[in-house]
Amino acid sequence: MYTLSNRLRLFSFILMIVGGIGLISGFLSTPKSIEEVKEMMAAHDAHGEGHGAAAQDHGNEHADDAHGGDAHYEHVLHQLQNKPWAALYVAAFFFFMIALGVLAFYAIQFAAQAGWSPVLFRVMEAITAYLVPGGIILFVILALSGFHVNHLFVWADPEVVAHDKLIQGKAGWLNGTGFIIRAAIFLGGWLLYRHFAVKYSRKQDEDSTGNKWYKKSFKISAGFLVFFIYTESMMSWDWIMSFDPHWFSTLFGWYVFASLFVSGITTIALITIYLKSKGYLEFVNNSHIHDLAKFMFGISIFWTYLWFSQFMLIWYSNIPEEVTYFITRIEDYKLPFFGMLVMNFIFPLLVLMNSDFKRVNWFVVMAGIVILCGHYIDVFNMVMPATVGESWFIGISEISAVLLFLGLFLFVVFRALTKAPLLAKGNPYLEESKHFHY
Amino acid sequence: MASKVIHALYTDDDVLMDAVKKVRSEHYHIEEVYCPFPVHGLDKAMGLPHTRLAITAFMYGCVGLTVAITMMNYIMIEDWPQNIGGKPSFSFIENMPAFVPIMFELTVFFAAHLMVITFYMRSKLWPFKEAENPDVRTTDDHFLMEVDAGHHDVNALTSLLTDTGAVEIKVIDKEEDNH
Repeated sequence: MYTLSNRLRLFSFILMIVGGIGLISGFLSTPKSIEEVKEMMAAHDAHGEGHGAAAQDHGNEHADDAHGGDAHYEHVLHQLQNKPWAALYVAAFFFFMIALGVLAFYAIQFAAQAGWSPVLFRVMEAITAYLVPGGIILFVILALSGFHVNHLFVWADPEVVAHDKLIQGKAGWLNGTGFIIRAAIFLGGWLLYRHFAVKYSRKQDEDSTGNKWYKKSFKISAGFLVFFIYTESMMSWDWIMSFDPHWFSTLFGWYVFASLFVSGITTIALITIYLKSKGYLEFVNNSHIHDLAKFMFGISIFWTYLWFSQFMLIWYSNIPEEVTYFITRIEDYKLPFFGMLVMNFIFPLLVLMNSDFKRVNWFVVMAGIVILCGHYIDVFNMVMPATVGESWFIGISEISAVLLFLGLFLFVVFRALTKAPLLAKGNPYLEESKHFHY
Repeated sequence: MASKVIHALYTDDDVLMDAVKKVRSEHYHIEEVYCPFPVHGLDKAMGLPHTRLAITAFMYGCVGLTVAITMMNYIMIEDWPQNIGGKPSFSFIENMPAFVPIMFELTVFFAAHLMVITFYMRSKLWPFKEAENPDVRTTDDHFLMEVDAGHHDVNALTSLLTDTGAVEIKVIDKEEDNH
């Protein structure tokens, strides 16, 4: 049995408190009115003399604009008011998608009757425990956004929709009620599978005669995977793609899936290595780590394949209504947009290619941390351009939100690890898995 | 100069593995083992070094990538930068996404083919090559271990091999061959 050390508990609480305070200060420091935005921008411009003068001209130009001088400031005001919300949303979604990726991986291990992974099942079950609090938080944020408490989703703003033919045409799908109902169905289905998968796994421990519970696990896993691939796809339209309601991409669901899948596998590897280093998983050998690292490597490349397929098709045909998505990202998010390619593709490609390196714990940990940071930036790139635009910055709000959810994630996952023995001893593939050797 | 080798035949790969370990622990030199199929762990038991084919494949892949980049850069950007459907041919990086499929395929092409050719060369395989099979049964259901008997006591070695479960033992006078 794993016992949650007080240091880890304290660490996760500190993360949550620091993150919570930072996030609240992020909310408090958003400007309330156009006047405040003007002051902030003036103060910012005053830092550099030459720059300030240029900005002054820039401001004057806008004042002469046909649509009124304050339109620009109002635009910035909305972006700045969105900033802590978007930071909260990105972090909430990022940690939720890790747990969801692990759940999909777990179901695949059952459906594929994998012989290597049963020793890791309890680690995976513990990570998916985050689905419950993470899913509830995400649902609340989505409900708030869907009913326009904040301005995260422009389609939720009735004023915007009234002047926008394109969104009006999509209102059959993109409306607050449908949005919430779908979110409830997605989350409900995933949590239901998670609940029964864990329950059957524990039952199999107690009574493994005839593998009755194992067979049930197998069946619900196969069923869940069918449900998952539909709902995951729709989830990506609702929760990510609808930030840009004028834009659409057909492989978006797969792209988000690759991102959450590789983050989930990386997290399994990191937590397994941590627990192994503490002496809790004596039956896990470096072949298991090698297999996880192979998955990290392979799915990283799969993610890149989808990223590139999406980017290249749109870049190549250059249809104005589609290509704006990437133009805003390349113009305003150059470093995160291309930096994540280095972190999610080139780095794992070179570091995890060598078979020997995939067995070296610190190599896997290093690659894993870079991959996780890279996929945070991936979500950041998907959400931020539509919510805060050029006013983006990875500052207090963003870092605090990550710390808050990291603390919650660590606390929930490691507390879930204490709930059951770390070896799923009733699993029929356990012996094979214990002696797994590659 | 003629050298003496002993051919010991086995009918089971597990027995063969044990025999290899035993013979190695007695410090006899195993010249070669002939099997009808890959025996998992045999290379480790024989103490063979790891293959470096994967490393060559990586380097060939780098060559392929370089070839693709150089070729596309020369043809599309430097030699005749035409405007083809409005694609930006001012610099390589601006038009790079269009070249990626070629870069990828040539990397794979070079890595795969050159690695296979390296494998053929290193293992001396080619059409019309004379087969080096000491006993036809080793391609079907027998395993053959060839042990160097040079300056060892042949009788002791034979009895050791019999103990390991060999079904047939032959002492062969080998003409100094050319491999």
